[in-house]
Amino acid sequence: MSLLSESHMKPLTRNIGLKRRYRAEKRFRAYGLIAICTGIFFLGALLWSIFSHGYSAFWQTSITLPVRLDAAVIDPQNRRDKNPQVLITANYPILIRNALSEKLSIAPDDHVGLRQVNRMFSSGVRVQLRKMVFDNPQLIGTTQTVTVLAAADIDSAVKGQINLAVPETKRKVSDRQVEWIHELAADGSLYKAFNTGLFTFAASSRPETSGLGAALIGSIYMILIVLALSLPIGVAAAIYLEEYARKNRFTDLIEININNLAAVPSIVFGLLGLAIFINFFGLPRSASLVGGLVLALMTLPTIIITTRSALRAVPSSIRSAALGLGASKIQMLFQHVLPLAAPGILTGTIISLARALGETAPLLLIGMVAFVANYPRTPMDPATALPVQIYMWASEAERAFVERTSGAIIVLLMFLAVMNIAAVLLRRRFEQP
Amino acid sequence: MDSKLKIKMRGLDVKVFYGGKGALHGITLDILENKVIALIGPSGCGKSTFLRCLNRMNDTIEGALVTGRILLDEEDIYDPSVDVVELRARVGMVFQKPNPFPKSIYENVAYGPRIHGLAKSRTELDEIVEQSLIKAGLFNEVKDRLHDVGTSLSGGQQQRLCIARAIAVSPEVILMDEPCSALDPIATAKIEELIDDLRRNYTIAIVTHSMQQAARVSQFTAMFHLGNLVEVGATDTIFTSPQEQRTQDYITGRFG
Ligand SMILES: Nc1ncnc2c1ncn2[C@@H]1O[C@H](COP(=O)(O)OP(=O)(O)OP(=O)(O)O)[C@@H](O)[C@H]1O
Ligand SMILES: [Mg+2]
Repeated sequence: MSLLSESHMKPLTRNIGLKRRYRAEKRFRAYGLIAICTGIFFLGALLWSIFSHGYSAFWQTSITLPVRLDAAVIDPQNRRDKNPQVLITANYPILIRNALSEKLSIAPDDHVGLRQVNRMFSSGVRVQLRKMVFDNPQLIGTTQTVTVLAAADIDSAVKGQINLAVPETKRKVSDRQVEWIHELAADGSLYKAFNTGLFTFAASSRPETSGLGAALIGSIYMILIVLALSLPIGVAAAIYLEEYARKNRFTDLIEININNLAAVPSIVFGLLGLAIFINFFGLPRSASLVGGLVLALMTLPTIIITTRSALRAVPSSIRSAALGLGASKIQMLFQHVLPLAAPGILTGTIISLARALGETAPLLLIGMVAFVANYPRTPMDPATALPVQIYMWASEAERAFVERTSGAIIVLLMFLAVMNIAAVLLRRRFEQP
Repeated sequence: MDSKLKIKMRGLDVKVFYGGKGALHGITLDILENKVIALIGPSGCGKSTFLRCLNRMNDTIEGALVTGRILLDEEDIYDPSVDVVELRARVGMVFQKPNPFPKSIYENVAYGPRIHGLAKSRTELDEIVEQSLIKAGLFNEVKDRLHDVGTSLSGGQQQRLCIARAIAVSPEVILMDEPCSALDPIATAKIEELIDDLRRNYTIAIVTHSMQQAARVSQFTAMFHLGNLVEVGATDTIFTSPQEQRTQDYITGRFG
């Protein structure tokens, strides 16, 4: 026995290049690590730059003060019963100016001072007070505590975004205004609050009253349209191609085309949408319906491809098992193959939805770069979308818009993160047998 | 062959082509009721192919073409009037690799009866599931965890689960393609015992590479070689005095 094993023993020192092989592996691991670290670094830099610029957009300076809704200002001739129009055209900002200058004890003949007081608050107060008075004319003549938005420059100053070392004439906030800010902040009537307006306001030329409201609604409409169209159509097409269609030249051609379509630049889909949906079918421009249709076309190929590969990944033994028991093809598909392919299909769908949510180029072509001041009530109304709103804000110069651009990017990233997390969770859930 | 034995299935000049390439070159073979027939032969000779003809699983293979006639109780199963779903409910199949559904043990067995509407009530279905598991010799091992996933069982248990699943639809014929090839000797012995029990109620065709297994479980043996049927006969005869040299060589291990 020992003789045999000795004679068969190989010399231990045989050179089979182990060292070289281990070195190669170590090198490869190092490359991988470097690649991942680089990726994490850039991701971190990106997130840091966006968050550091954008977090302040979620706060907005407001001023709360008692305002006398003076009948002499709103309706000097007391004609409101006959002509409600006066309530619409009344000079509401004066009321706030008066209230504020009273609080800051500014003489009524200090015209320079009054003009500066006027620039303390957003001119959006006109709409705000008008609505308040129009809804309830009884308020005229009373004194109400009103919270108004500070003007964008004041907001920037409060957030420390304006360099006060610059000579007064070269900056947008005067020394007196800075003093007032301190005075108002000291007694708590000027403060920073969570910026709900960022989510509720529609487009506006004043940064402080512009928000993502219309864009959010437009994006939601579009995502729902994309989901409703491309998921059923894509999955049905994939099932047909994968399970029923015969393999021949024609289906090969279709397959190649689908793969190519998935790689077509999105702007081309925008042109297609412009030509077909708007010019040919006469659907309205800027409508989220058209946007949804275009994005649905764009996501279809991806959904078809991911669904097909998910179907293909279902082991053929499961198919044989079902068929062997006498399940019909449709029973096999719906009771065994689709449930197993569902996680893959869902992940593919959510990821392509996320891509559609972030898509800008095709929407530019169908006129969704629009100044939408009202909420779109139906998908046929003019709307805009989150990424398009970001694009529009990014081209504005004011400091407050810069901040909002980053804020909107954060909102968009949150949406994408939520969708991707949903994809992961759904996948986990479905994979549990 | 014995005249009082009933012919359950009969293949008449069965030829199979995969993408134009012949895999079976005219097989004529009878399968007798309540008997076990073993299909033996070297790898690639067409045993699985023939088995798949018997419940038309070849239909699911792209490019496969079957000619000739296969009779089940004197009825041609390739006749256009025959419904393939119904055929597969009558001729069940157990595959070489255990392939339970990734569902609970109960659901695995209940699936067939459910799609064929064999149980009128929940209790009836429970009864079918229990009986099938008992017949497959698995019930005692899994009775406390019927709602665990089928794939969590051991390989041998999974194979018996697949057998239980196949007999739950009460087929008349059960086709088994190397059911023990992935199993250890103990699990194999259990399945062989099971096959012997099942013979009373079912007709069984089994593909095997183990001569001992063929000798142990079957009454008849068919020897295939290169897509042809070399010889068929009672297992005793085949193993003791084969007519053909090729059979002799194969069972004594000289080729294959
Ligand atoms: N799906 C298929 N497509 C093409 N050719 C096939 C297919 N299945 C089997 N064949 C061919 O048919 C012939 C018979 O195959 P089959 O699987 O029936 O052999 P077998 O006797 O079961 O072999 P084994 O003992 O290895 O399982 C082989 O030459 C094989 O290459
Ligand atoms: Mg085989």
